[in-house]
Amino acid sequence: MGLTGYLIVSVMLFGIGAFGFMARRNAILMLISIELMFNAVNLSLVAFNAFLPADANAGAVFALMIMAVAAAEVTVGLALVIAIIRTRQTAEVDQYSDLKE
Amino acid sequence: MVGAGIAVVTLRNIIHSAVAMMICFGSLAGMYALLGAPIVAAAQVLIYLGAISVLILFAIMLTQAGDANLPASFHPQGPIAAVVALAIIGLTGWAAIQADWGVMPQAAGAAVEAIATGLFTTYAFPFEIISFLILVAIIGAIYLARRPEEDERAN
Repeated sequence: MGLTGYLIVSVMLFGIGAFGFMARRNAILMLISIELMFNAVNLSLVAFNAFLPADANAGAVFALMIMAVAAAEVTVGLALVIAIIRTRQTAEVDQYSDLKE
Repeated sequence: MVGAGIAVVTLRNIIHSAVAMMICFGSLAGMYALLGAPIVAAAQVLIYLGAISVLILFAIMLTQAGDANLPASFHPQGPIAAVVALAIIGLTGWAAIQADWGVMPQAAGAAVEAIATGLFTTYAFPFEIISFLILVAIIGAIYLARRPEEDERAN
């Protein structure tokens, strides 16, 4: 499987993550979808790193940094979601409409 | 792996979604190993399978009080979202197929020593920024997770 195969898998994973983010109503599942998109980008970075004759390790280093950023993001995001769920008693994002009123 | 990804966004029970996400991340680690990046595969297993999955499972179990099967888990804008996602897949996939990447015939792989050296020489400044970002995230998470009663007791 060449570079194109890995890229297509990455693109499909990103599209699935985007669909999940837009179509689901559960706040935690939206966070999981964001993680899927992060992983898709990571996969494409590592694939480019392996197949392109650029700086030998840039892709792997960037993938590690994206992992660190994703870990920080999911930590803060889950803390926020749990705080919201604790006050609203629901995980459905449609019902977080207090700012609208 | 793509099947597991589809299962993540379509399964109705959110715990099943989380388990499908773990399957997806595990197979991604295998793909990293195939691509000759064992350090990234190890980090994937440690961070995603070890830390983030457990964190998400804990969050689900803390927040889902019994009724895990919600009747309407899809947003009414689901069909539009599907169309947009398919458009993203089609356009970027077409671009990925059409582009001439000038690829090397075989995956080169990334040596662990070279990555470690680069992380502390060429990429030292981004590394420090990431460290600071994680520190900020830790402080923010502690602040958000604090109970309100402790606030009042402290004041």
